[in-house]
Amino acid sequence: MVTDQPSDAIEPPPQHSGDLMQPTTTAPDTVDSTEAAIPPATQVIHVATSARSATDGATAPADEAPIIELRDVSFFYGAFRAVKNISIKVPTHQITAIIGPSGSGKSTLLRTMNRMNDLIPGTRVEGSVVYQGEDLYAAYVDPVEVRRHIGMVFQKPNPFPKSIYDNVAFGPRLNGFKGDLDALVERSLQRAALWNEVKDKLKQSGLSLSGGQQQRLCIARAIATSPDVILMDEPCSALDPRATLQIEELMAQIKEQYTIVIVTHNMQQAARASDKTVFLNMADDGAGYVVEQSDTITIFTNPADRLTEDYVSGRFG
Amino acid sequence: MSTTQAVTAGAVHRSLQGKRIDLVGYVFSGLLLASLLFTLAILAVLVGDQFQRGLPVLVERGTDMLTSSLSSRPDRAGVLQGLVGTAMLAVMVSVIAFPIGILTAIYLEEYAPANRLTRAIDVNIRNLAGVPSVVYGLLGLAVFVALFQAIGVGNGRNILSGGLTLAVLILPLVIITSAEAIRAVPNSIREAGYGIGASRWQVVRKLVLPSAVPGILTGTVLALSRALGETAPLILAGAVLGSFSTAGGIGNLFGGPYTALPIIVFDWARKPQDEFRALTSAAIIVLLAVTLIANAFAIFLRNRYDRKW
Repeated sequence: MVTDQPSDAIEPPPQHSGDLMQPTTTAPDTVDSTEAAIPPATQVIHVATSARSATDGATAPADEAPIIELRDVSFFYGAFRAVKNISIKVPTHQITAIIGPSGSGKSTLLRTMNRMNDLIPGTRVEGSVVYQGEDLYAAYVDPVEVRRHIGMVFQKPNPFPKSIYDNVAFGPRLNGFKGDLDALVERSLQRAALWNEVKDKLKQSGLSLSGGQQQRLCIARAIATSPDVILMDEPCSALDPRATLQIEELMAQIKEQYTIVIVTHNMQQAARASDKTVFLNMADDGAGYVVEQSDTITIFTNPADRLTEDYVSGRFG
Repeated sequence: MSTTQAVTAGAVHRSLQGKRIDLVGYVFSGLLLASLLFTLAILAVLVGDQFQRGLPVLVERGTDMLTSSLSSRPDRAGVLQGLVGTAMLAVMVSVIAFPIGILTAIYLEEYAPANRLTRAIDVNIRNLAGVPSVVYGLLGLAVFVALFQAIGVGNGRNILSGGLTLAVLILPLVIITSAEAIRAVPNSIREAGYGIGASRWQVVRKLVLPSAVPGILTGTVLALSRALGETAPLILAGAVLGSFSTAGGIGNLFGGPYTALPIIVFDWARKPQDEFRALTSAAIIVLLAVTLIANAFAIFLRNRYDRKW
């Protein structure tokens, strides 16, 4: 790729003209002939926010700038394009769910948002991931700093083999936290709705907890570094329904402070727990693309695309 | 299913009975047990034989055997120089081979790009571990002895050459076992670290290495035990057979002729006098004890580290 931007020496994102900046429509893959069957440009992003039910209209003004915006993002594992031409917006203090069948690139897409994919050799990003006005893939950006702003919770609970306290304190200690660490640990565990269960055994290993508790510990660990955004990659797929519900309730509570993006296989979970839903599908060439993105209620009750309707009603995937 | 229940009850009852004798299974588990017993029997015979011959001498001489110098008179010969030499070699090997080996393993596992060159290096390190130890002895002679001779540390045939030779000898082993211990740390731990904004150095230092330490310790101490038992490379790298060895004489600790326990075993085993047979066995017991102490120390360290988690 040819670039005229000296600052983007590593991954030059394409220059965007003004029309792509407008927050109304995705960029459908009209160029790709294999996509002919899919109706183009049916989807509207979060213009519908103002029409949201009154419940969370208060927390998220309709025209607030998205905290993360993907502009025409494609991601490559070597020569294989895993997702293509993704343009989505992640509204602040809301829960955005990414749903779609296996192989549609949900996790890949999520991991482009905090540059976790950088850890996989031979991968490449095109397009730009804009976080609060900054392109996260610009040459001057340190991926380590990105992940301090945009934390992550993984599919399988992965507490460190350390005490509960040390798990939560790990991130702040990395950053040279100078304040009252005990208070921070307590606050983080409280926000993760775990404090009452572990306050008497903070010195025990994090691995001694149940699966659901471990996952909430991982959320507490992510919270402790005060990120703006928390990415969750199928956080409940290894948990039983009760633990799943706890995590969902927790998400609803903490979205006041954080923005959450969650990948889920579970459509009920997306319907229950999210404000916005992005539906990905896999194209014939194996690359994931956005079929539709809208308010969750719209996606599940009145989707614009036939494919979305088939998926959310369980007819495929 | 329920309609045929009464009819098939007898058949179910019969089919649940294990009436066939699993002959192959019995033969196989018998084979497993026989293999284990064979290994144990060999070990028991070897150790028993040595203890039977060597223990009376050790009991009779007591610590005198450990504190006496080498001598051509069996009743006065001791293993002091060998003990000191082996201890010094152990320290040198630990100080040289462990850091270099562990750092190399960290680089290969955590930093090196996963490309063809890295794989080639990995394979070749494994090949190095299979090179006969006598070849390392020749290397020690050609490189380290010549080097110390050139810079005037004695005649070059000193314990520095021996220590370096043994360190190089076990370096591949240290690298392989450390790399495997690092590889065994689940990737989810690394991801968790990166996910909360840890740098690569922080992930390696605070998450990967602490999890890998028990495995690294086990591997490195096994490598050390091997180094302490080596004879051939030390002979080539200038270890002295016999009582000229001055290691233990403080004045010329590094520059003078040295020896080690396996060298003494080798030397005494060739002596014609019958008394030296018992002494050889006694020296073997001392060598075994030194190795066991090194292993016990590693297990102690590992358990101490494990408790921190």
